Amino acid sequence: MNSATALSLSWFARHELRLAWREWLAMMTGGRRRRTRAAIIGLIMFAAIMHLPAWAVIGRFATLQAPLDKSSLIVLSATIFLAWALMLSQAIESVTRVFYARADLDLIMSSPARLPNVFSIRIASIAVSVTGMALLLSTPFVNVLAFGGGVRWFSAFGVVVAVGLSAAAFAIAITIVLFRLIGPARTRLIAQILAAVIGAGFVIALQIAAVLSYGTLSRFAVLTSDAAARVAPNGDSLVWWPAHAVLGDGEALMLLLASSLVLLGVVMTVFSPRFADTAVTAAAYAASSRKGNGARSFRGGSRQAALRRKEFWLLRRDPWLVSQTLMQLLYLVPPAVFLWRSFSDSSAAIVLITPVIVMAAGQLAGGLAWLTISGEDAADLVATAPLPPSRVIRAKIEVVLISIGAIFAPMVAGLALAAPPQAAVTTAGVMLAAGSATAIQLWFRVQAKRSQFRRRQTSSRLATFAEAFSSIGWAATAALALAAPEAAVVSGLMTCAIVAATWKFSPRRD
Amino acid sequence: MNGETSALRLQGLTKRFDRLAVDALDLTVHAGEFYALVGPNGAGKTTTLRMVAGLLKPDAGAVAIFGIDALCEPVAAKQVMAWVSDEPMIYDKLTPLEYLEFVAGLWGIAPKVSQACAHELLVSLGLEPHLNERCEAFSKGMRQKVALAGALVHDPRLIILDEPLTGLDAVSARHVKGLLGDRVRAGCTVIMTTHILEVAERMADRIGVIASGRLVAEGTLAELRQQNGHTDTSLEDLFIALVDTKAAA
Repeated sequence: MNSATALSLSWFARHELRLAWREWLAMMTGGRRRRTRAAIIGLIMFAAIMHLPAWAVIGRFATLQAPLDKSSLIVLSATIFLAWALMLSQAIESVTRVFYARADLDLIMSSPARLPNVFSIRIASIAVSVTGMALLLSTPFVNVLAFGGGVRWFSAFGVVVAVGLSAAAFAIAITIVLFRLIGPARTRLIAQILAAVIGAGFVIALQIAAVLSYGTLSRFAVLTSDAAARVAPNGDSLVWWPAHAVLGDGEALMLLLASSLVLLGVVMTVFSPRFADTAVTAAAYAASSRKGNGARSFRGGSRQAALRRKEFWLLRRDPWLVSQTLMQLLYLVPPAVFLWRSFSDSSAAIVLITPVIVMAAGQLAGGLAWLTISGEDAADLVATAPLPPSRVIRAKIEVVLISIGAIFAPMVAGLALAAPPQAAVTTAGVMLAAGSATAIQLWFRVQAKRSQFRRRQTSSRLATFAEAFSSIGWAATAALALAAPEAAVVSGLMTCAIVAATWKFSPRRD
Repeated sequence: MNGETSALRLQGLTKRFDRLAVDALDLTVHAGEFYALVGPNGAGKTTTLRMVAGLLKPDAGAVAIFGIDALCEPVAAKQVMAWVSDEPMIYDKLTPLEYLEFVAGLWGIAPKVSQACAHELLVSLGLEPHLNERCEAFSKGMRQKVALAGALVHDPRLIILDEPLTGLDAVSARHVKGLLGDRVRAGCTVIMTTHILEVAERMADRIGVIASGRLVAEGTLAELRQQNGHTDTSLEDLFIALVDTKAAA
């Protein structure tokens, strides 16, 4: 490699890091430059506050010492694997975005730079950004462990780096192999679905196994079981390297880091020459066309009916929505299995299903409401149509609520067969959670393209938190209504207060 | 229908952002007229038309469309009007036919009427091979044609177009110009902003020159020449002379 190439590579690496930093900053500040200082202060405060839940969750494990028994090794390794799965999910999303969002790919590919080198740096920058985010999120947990159990726990940072690098390497390999196997059209959808369900899939699989084997929704039931300990390999197996490394085993940590770096290096060597081909294929897909439904008669109805029809068309064809709906439905599988098992023995634990359904309804309604109310690609067209804005909004809200009804009605109907009063409470919870999330999105609506969905949280942090807290609040209220009705009144009033305060702080509209 | 002969009447229309964008603008466009609004970047053309289309609220002034007060009765005004912006407003995940079905539904057009009209419009704009393809892969020119078909499918009496020829190739531009010419001959009123002065010169019945939010000249090409003491200059020369004079003032 001559000095000119080395110079251009380091220059491109700096360029990539600068872009990644600015994108992250924009995400934190909602794109407003004046907010940078406030965002940094807020982030530091958030990180400081996060030490409290971190302490509550893992503080008691700080004194863990090697050698661990098999059950502890399994739980620790499963936790690391879950983190790896979540990072893999984020990395797949990043890689897919690089291919399809185009951004500067045309400029890069038309430049005289050596593309394999340039794309090696791009692959490395994906790995760095995934790892950086993971380091940020893991810091409170590692600090808590180090505070309670000594500096040996800082080796967990090394494990996070190794996990991040290997997750990025796998994500790139998976995405490019998907391209080769199923083509660019299906890869986009499949990769989005994979990214959405990979992290959740592991936990859900454990929960289903727990429900089927032990009649509980706790995934730890499987991990700490005798059956798991029996099939697990011996303590000196490679499988436990990450767990040993977290506990401060320097040799395991070095081997883990070296393996991850080698893996990423191999992926960069093998796949960076293919990166350009894949990008070209993705571009060709963007320029190709997909057939619609074919000729059919235009349908009549009111102007609102035309709006609703359009929204349903777009929702059905939205890949994000498909993946998110699948993910939400996936979360409902363990409670559904639980419900099915509890149907005969009428276990009191069936109550656990209600908050899961209510929470899922609130979260899905928030996303749907953003897509229909804020994500209007032809805002000028709708604004110049001869119908009052109130009717436009009403039609869009109807679409959200009909969709939520269609998704959750079968679940509630199944519940009604087993426990009618609980089904009634769940229905009320779903309606309140979906209604609150929709209202919050309505109060904080901003005109945006549907493709900007990923960044919807940046437009208003308040709306994002309010939406999450109202869903949690209604889920808790519904659960308490079944277990302790007096407490449910307090919880319901608190949730109402959250929603009312959000309305108070929402932007004024004419 | 009332006996109003003006398709659009603006009185004292004013809009201020950080600076004054439209400054007490008075403008009248007659029914059945092709009116071109030209002016330098930032002159207030788009802001004016967005206020007419109901996309911006004026700070002061009145907007009447075929005698309908567009600020008091926006729905009635929008029923007879179509707006086409320079950025095509279409949905990537819909086909052109689905898009036109949606637009016709918004304007309350009977399905039988709108379906025939939609098909005819798309064919006349050269989109027949793409009727059932989703718009996501369309070029800017194709998207602009779909948006234009959407504006025409409900048979508006007033069409407002903001730079409609941007991104169109020569053949497509000729298609669009032909379609607009046909509409005007059928009695429709067209108001168009454009930077392509040759189009304004060749197509418009009257031309309005706007600068710093005010109408600095208006009339047929011959009238504009006469107003400025020229007999045989192009619109481009006249435009530059008018805008330079305004800037110097």
